[in-house]
Amino acid sequence: MIEIAIGHYLTLGAIIFLIGIVGIFLNRKNVIVILMSIELILLAVNINLVSFSIFMNDISGQIFTLFILTVAAAEAAIGLAIIVVYYRNSGTIRVEEIDKLKG
Amino acid sequence: MMSEIYYVIPEIFLSLSLMFLLLIGVFKKNGSTIVHNLSLLILIIEIPLILNVPSSSEYLIFNESYKIDYLSNFIKILIVISTLFVLLTSSEYLKSIKIFNIEYPILILSSILGMMVMVSSNDLIVFYIGLELQSLALYVLASFNRDNILSSESGLKYFVLSALSSGLLLYGCSLIYGFSSSTNFLQISYNYNESTQGIIFGMVFILVGLAFKISAVPFHMWAPDVYQGSPTSVTLFFAILPKIAALTAFIRFLYTPFVNLIDQWQTIIIFLSIASMLFGAVAAIGQKNLKRLIAYSSISHMGYALAGLSTGTNQGIQSSVSYISIYLIMNLAFFSSIFMLKKDQRYYESIDDLSGLSKNHPILSLSLLIVLFSLAGIPPLAGFFAKFYVFMAVIEQSMFFLAIIGLLSTVIAAFYYLRIIKIIYFDKDIGKYDTDHNIGLKISLIFTTILILIYFVYPSSLIYFVSKINLV
Repeated sequence: MIEIAIGHYLTLGAIIFLIGIVGIFLNRKNVIVILMSIELILLAVNINLVSFSIFMNDISGQIFTLFILTVAAAEAAIGLAIIVVYYRNSGTIRVEEIDKLKG
Repeated sequence: MMSEIYYVIPEIFLSLSLMFLLLIGVFKKNGSTIVHNLSLLILIIEIPLILNVPSSSEYLIFNESYKIDYLSNFIKILIVISTLFVLLTSSEYLKSIKIFNIEYPILILSSILGMMVMVSSNDLIVFYIGLELQSLALYVLASFNRDNILSSESGLKYFVLSALSSGLLLYGCSLIYGFSSSTNFLQISYNYNESTQGIIFGMVFILVGLAFKISAVPFHMWAPDVYQGSPTSVTLFFAILPKIAALTAFIRFLYTPFVNLIDQWQTIIIFLSIASMLFGAVAAIGQKNLKRLIAYSSISHMGYALAGLSTGTNQGIQSSVSYISIYLIMNLAFFSSIFMLKKDQRYYESIDDLSGLSKNHPILSLSLLIVLFSLAGIPPLAGFFAKFYVFMAVIEQSMFFLAIIGLLSTVIAAFYYLRIIKIIYFDKDIGKYDTDHNIGLKISLIFTTILILIYFVYPSSLIYFVSKINLV
């Protein structure tokens, strides 16, 4: 039996965080995927905070997590609203076609 | 307990009154004019409320998570006054492009509420809440002209990159919490020792996140697109207020939790500063759109403000704060001039539209001339003094390399400012613009231009206030 220590949780958090970052930059298809990647980044932060909080016996990490969850919900709502507005104007949400502004 | 609430009366008043405005907007038909005027009134009331908060020493309230000191009060006053001018200048523009809605002043008020929380935060959680309140309102503001594809695209881009930067910042917060076992800024600096070197990783993530917010190179890629796409009044807001708030957040982070890590962050800040100054100066040369040009110009200006911070002395912080104060006056004057380029309900924002402006509009051209000379840093205008203070602070610490790069990029940047002046004064005349502007726009253009022009007569007016900032 392996003793699951804080290092394992942190590694999990780091891996999910990296998946989120890579998902934003490598994704060429759909803006919704970017929204999902942002959620992954915030989740990785939550895993980090909760595991630190448990291992240090300190409650403020878990309180921080609750705040992050709330803000993440608000952020996703606003993000989806902006995507809908953009779709109405341009008829597409493919990432490679979002290029009206450049110079 | 009662006495602690006394210190946050400005924030409480602002949040209650913006909910009240929301109610008026919902229950009253066509209430947008009333909401706009009431929001101006609220901002005017806010100024004495902030002045009334004691700032003679440092007050830590709400379990040491919120800090009231001279810097926070000074920055709050700056934020409120510049928002007042932003709203004054933009109402005519909003009416012309038909987005004069109740949501506009409410979103602006809620984002400055977030900024106020941000500048006096003394705890990672409070800081994060303030930052998100600010950014969530800004996402909506960027895509406020929702039937325009450029505006919604700029909102989308700003949303994605800003959410990414918030994510990076939060990851840094989680690492710092883990290694220092506290979210309190003071506690973090106390808990730093040889065995908690992991804080450095957290610090790098937080600095990256903040650099995104003030669009320092290499995290600047969103700025030109967002500035160009959003409605011009929102661009004005973007160019001034989030920068003030994020620069103050830089000061808060660098000089409270990371004060022991000065060797590590100094290199990072110097790099950000040099890269921003040079890139902002070089990349603006080929621009055709005035809003895009001002985006690169603001990147370069943020480089100078960061140069002041990189010194790690009180004089450096003071020079940065005076830089940003003068920068906001110059931007207000520049955008007030852009708002005057209107013909038949259409606004012009290309550099070529300024061609031969001096033949028909001598006064507008003269004020543009003053603003552009000041942005280029030509004495005796205010912009020169702003750069002078920063370079003084930098040279005092014998950081000659930074000063030389700064002077060099001032010379490069002067080229594109002077090119606009050449287009205004020496190119072919392309016709008259409307002159029947509303009184708020005229007042703010005249007021800011005169401030820039006569600053050299009595420079100690700003120095007197700024020199009371005492952090190190």
